[in-house]
Amino acid sequence: MPKDHGIGASSKRREDIRFLTGNGRYTDDINLHGQAHVAFVRSQVAHGRLKSVDTSAAAGMPGVLRVFTARDFEGVGGLPCGWQVTDRHGEVMKEPKHPVLADGKVRHVGDPIAAVVAETYEQARDAAEAVGVEIEELPAVIDMKAAVADGSVLVHEDIGTNLCYDWGFVEENKAKVDAAFDAAHHVTTLELVNNRLVPNAMEPRVAVGDFSFATGEHTLYTTSQNPHVIRLLMGAFVLGIPEHKLRVVAPDVGGGFGSKIFHYAEEAFVTFAAKALRRPVKWTCQRSESFMSDAHGRDHVTKIELALDAEGHFQAIRTETYANMGAYLSTFAPSVPTWLHGTLMAGNYRTPLIYVNVKAVFTNTVPVDAYRGAGRPEATFQLERVIDKAAREMGMDPIELRRKNFITEFPYETPVAVVYDTGDYHATMDKLVEIADLKGFEARRAESAKKGLLRGLGVNCYIEACGIAPSQLVGQLGARAGLYESATVRVNATGGVVVMTGSHSHGQGHETSFAQVISEMIGIPEDQVEIVHGDTANTPMGMGTYGSRSIAVGGSAMVKAAGKVIDKAKKIAAHLLEASEGDIELKDGKFSVAGTDKSVEWGAVTLAAYVPHNYPLDQVEPGLEETAFYDPSNFTYPAGAYACEVEVDPETGKVTICSFAATDDFGNIINPMIVDGQVHGGIAQGIGQALLENATYDEDGQLLSGSYMDYAMPRADDVPFYKVDHSCQTPCTHNPLGVKGCGEAGAIGTPPAVVNAVVDALQRAGHAHVTHLDMPLSPARVWAAINAK
Amino acid sequence: MYAFDFVRPSSVADAVAALGQEDAQALGGGQTLIPALKQRLASPSTLVSLAGIAEIRGVCLDDDGRVCIGGGTPHAVVAAEAAKHYPALAAMANRIGDPAVRNRGTIGGSLANNDPSACYPAAVLASNATILTNAREIAADDYFQGMFTTALDEGEIITEVRFPVPQAANYQKFVQPASRFALTGVFVARFADGVRVAVTGAAEDGVFRWAEAEAALSDSFAAEAVKGLEVAADGMISDLHGTPEYRANLVRVLTARAVAAAG
Amino acid sequence: MTKVAMSVNGRAVSGEVEGRTLLVQFLREGLGLTGTHVGCDTAQCGACVVHVDGKALKACNVFALDFEGAEVTTIEGMAAPDGTLSPIQQAFQDHHGLQCGFCTPGMVMSAAALLAENPKPTEAEVREYLEGNLCRCTGYHNIVKAILAASGQEMAVAAE
Repeated sequence: MPKDHGIGASSKRREDIRFLTGNGRYTDDINLHGQAHVAFVRSQVAHGRLKSVDTSAAAGMPGVLRVFTARDFEGVGGLPCGWQVTDRHGEVMKEPKHPVLADGKVRHVGDPIAAVVAETYEQARDAAEAVGVEIEELPAVIDMKAAVADGSVLVHEDIGTNLCYDWGFVEENKAKVDAAFDAAHHVTTLELVNNRLVPNAMEPRVAVGDFSFATGEHTLYTTSQNPHVIRLLMGAFVLGIPEHKLRVVAPDVGGGFGSKIFHYAEEAFVTFAAKALRRPVKWTCQRSESFMSDAHGRDHVTKIELALDAEGHFQAIRTETYANMGAYLSTFAPSVPTWLHGTLMAGNYRTPLIYVNVKAVFTNTVPVDAYRGAGRPEATFQLERVIDKAAREMGMDPIELRRKNFITEFPYETPVAVVYDTGDYHATMDKLVEIADLKGFEARRAESAKKGLLRGLGVNCYIEACGIAPSQLVGQLGARAGLYESATVRVNATGGVVVMTGSHSHGQGHETSFAQVISEMIGIPEDQVEIVHGDTANTPMGMGTYGSRSIAVGGSAMVKAAGKVIDKAKKIAAHLLEASEGDIELKDGKFSVAGTDKSVEWGAVTLAAYVPHNYPLDQVEPGLEETAFYDPSNFTYPAGAYACEVEVDPETGKVTICSFAATDDFGNIINPMIVDGQVHGGIAQGIGQALLENATYDEDGQLLSGSYMDYAMPRADDVPFYKVDHSCQTPCTHNPLGVKGCGEAGAIGTPPAVVNAVVDALQRAGHAHVTHLDMPLSPARVWAAINAK
Repeated sequence: MYAFDFVRPSSVADAVAALGQEDAQALGGGQTLIPALKQRLASPSTLVSLAGIAEIRGVCLDDDGRVCIGGGTPHAVVAAEAAKHYPALAAMANRIGDPAVRNRGTIGGSLANNDPSACYPAAVLASNATILTNAREIAADDYFQGMFTTALDEGEIITEVRFPVPQAANYQKFVQPASRFALTGVFVARFADGVRVAVTGAAEDGVFRWAEAEAALSDSFAAEAVKGLEVAADGMISDLHGTPEYRANLVRVLTARAVAAAG
Repeated sequence: MTKVAMSVNGRAVSGEVEGRTLLVQFLREGLGLTGTHVGCDTAQCGACVVHVDGKALKACNVFALDFEGAEVTTIEGMAAPDGTLSPIQQAFQDHHGLQCGFCTPGMVMSAAALLAENPKPTEAEVREYLEGNLCRCTGYHNIVKAILAASGQEMAVAAE
């Protein structure tokens, strides 16, 4: 019998009521009295010297309040980078300044040059066209390998190179890895591209800046996954506003997928301009503008080699990756191809020797940063593709080759610096074989063949490091911030509970799932628990939501704070029951004395805490409110196995996903319905990457797929119903809920399953020359591969 | 969007008069024009909405058995009301854009714009339809004059399109995965006096008739008749979504499929 | 500025708008009905879908002045006056058919239009009808499931 409330119940989401009735409050729904609107003048060329910016005509246009340029931001900091990578030679990465408005040069199409603030948005747009911009165009730096070749034009002349860093991991292992390759029975090599993606949360970014001359307080309303991080970065590093004079509010946020982690220029601009103009200033991003101003994701070019012995045991892995940083370092960009990618190269397998080399490259493109999965999809894709290729080359079954190399004993320390605490990769694979009905594949393939379609099966595994992150470890790895999480649990006098969390929900359903945890711990109905998030003014300093961290880190902070509350409440209950504190038990919202029928209701204890007439004032203070900060001791390691079946139309190259199955081990589950939904969404994004999505620049640095007219988003008819299962559970050993996190799994595990399936379909049809296809597997690309001679 | 005046006449005569103003532009359903206006790619002084003109909406049959569609008729109405007269045309209309777009976009707007990837031009050209405007009648073969270019004069409004109904017809649309316009679309129509094959989405010059296929199919209306034909890649569109060679392949594949489906 | 008057969610409303004022701007900025969202500028995402005279339209891709006298229904008009969700809205909650909620108003309005036209759609018909509605969160699985459930075809959703 499934539970109907608390941990493990598929409680319906309370937030849905407001979203379903049009009562959500997103940033663009906020309109402040007297607000003005900003339109940015953005570079239309990828690379050039700014010779002059003439604002005089624009300044005189109807409704215009002021036109801002880089000159207004002299003395203001650049947008900071939150991670510093040290390269294989012991040198720190190159870190050029990222000004709020372009200063001296423009470095990508969309780079903001000037900002026009006017009474209405259309007036601002009208005047933005009147800003005279003179640019001496320079050749665009687009191709990464050309960018780091001698004599390349430089994106940033002041750093003298387009190479941000050349990272080796683990550098000390390099010679041993090379030796293993020299001695290997078989080496499989694969060169591939992990295609550049535009995150495309359905809500475009919005920022509203406000300033009170009465209090000297700034307020920024913004579409953010982590308002405290924005407050710290923007306040301390850009505008020089102390935290106590800066409030950042991220109300309902319409999806993030990583793209709303980062601190963006527009946020700093509206905050700055609101004070300068003594009026609230609002920026609403147009979708076509978001394509050239939101951080993009992925964009790796990789060569991976896998060394095997004669039986197929993995001996060593060696990779070389070029990772696009874009024109400037976005907030967490340097960490994505390094610590979120190199550390996962062991996958689910025992490979004794691994060496990862990553060259991060500046180009005249939009900055690239974390997008759902962030580094882990790139690691998984190359690993699971090269394993498939190796199986084919060695005449082995791809599932059996994987099983042969599975890690089976835990904890397991990989050669790439992480320790997997728990897992059972055979169990998730067994479950996958069952729910995907792999036994029936040949029959289904025969049915497809009758229709003239080529059916293929792709299977792969994945592992990810989530629950980001142990602060001391990531500090050693270059993080400039701690990555704990916080929660305040406030119990009201009549027994209701309010949890103020540093996590941020932008689709994940925290208001429901976090309440389920509190309900379970105390034994009160879920509707007695309220979850507050998204406002620095009423939540403790927290790091926000990304990296599948909310329940694992934020949930743990909440459990810790609730534990303190319960401990104190037990003291009060002991006093009321005239019993020893050690004998007090809390169950179903009632404190009782063990072995007796004496009890007191939760509400009576909470009332006593605020009306302390009969109260142990000599032992505890009145009130019932506790705050906790939780810093994880390790990452969590969700893992699983995915299977995809496709049909390829050989005449058109069109790929249809016939079925998709996912088995995930997320450890313990709070709300299975929400977990299913997270996996579904990740799978669709993975299918999008594999079949549809591609941010493509031409050699001049123009984004060819700059709107939904050319950037193909997955639609309802591009995907099937998915079969998902998370019954294989090896709970996390080091957090109180035993949870691992589920937000990114689908986006990580899916792309290789799709590509493996398409390659399988073509191989089975006799197209032996097709050993790999780069994503997205568009009809034209698949057709060209089939017909390549 | 640049500012403009907005007028909403209720008759063709008033619309024509309004379009006589300098830089006035007609607004059909606006499903393509409004996104262009948002990008500031057009700057009309006056936008003349045709949505209020009842006389150019609706579907009927004329005495010659032709399906007559008012220029202001939305795709969804064509899909519903032409179905019993000309199923292939209705099916084509039912695959333009998405349901909300089909409720607003009009046949006249689509034909006036003549997007090289639009569906209607293929149906009109393959059906040998006649385009009626406030001033004249234009044969389909004379109407389409290249990408975004038509025989329409400034201020001329499409009031009606008359489709002869073929004995058999079918439209095959292979969608561009992002825009869902036709990456290539082929409309095949078999008349008593021959077969017409019109291709959209593929060529740089917009919709065109594939003469070799017409000849082969007029001889033998069977998919096999076109499978051996060569389609030249010259003049085909090259973009993110397909090479000229790929589009040339689609032209042949979709034509064969349209013939097979038309029966 | 020109005056425009229409009925929105059964209420007579009017306001002064420019020629270039989109229906969605009139709803959001003129009437404060912020449930209708804007997610793109190429008429593809469908977050702005409303019903006009019973038909689904993209409110970001039509001008307010074209709707003098029209009857408009937005997401705010879908629940009963006492707050009871409509069967479609309830199905979305029951089947977890939404996550961040941004595309949701358009999804619900499109779903309502579909079921008005086709009360018992197949899975394929639901997916095809949603061609103009993008969702980045749900992978569409639970949206399709919710719409099928709202059509009374709970059993049609065999796949999980």
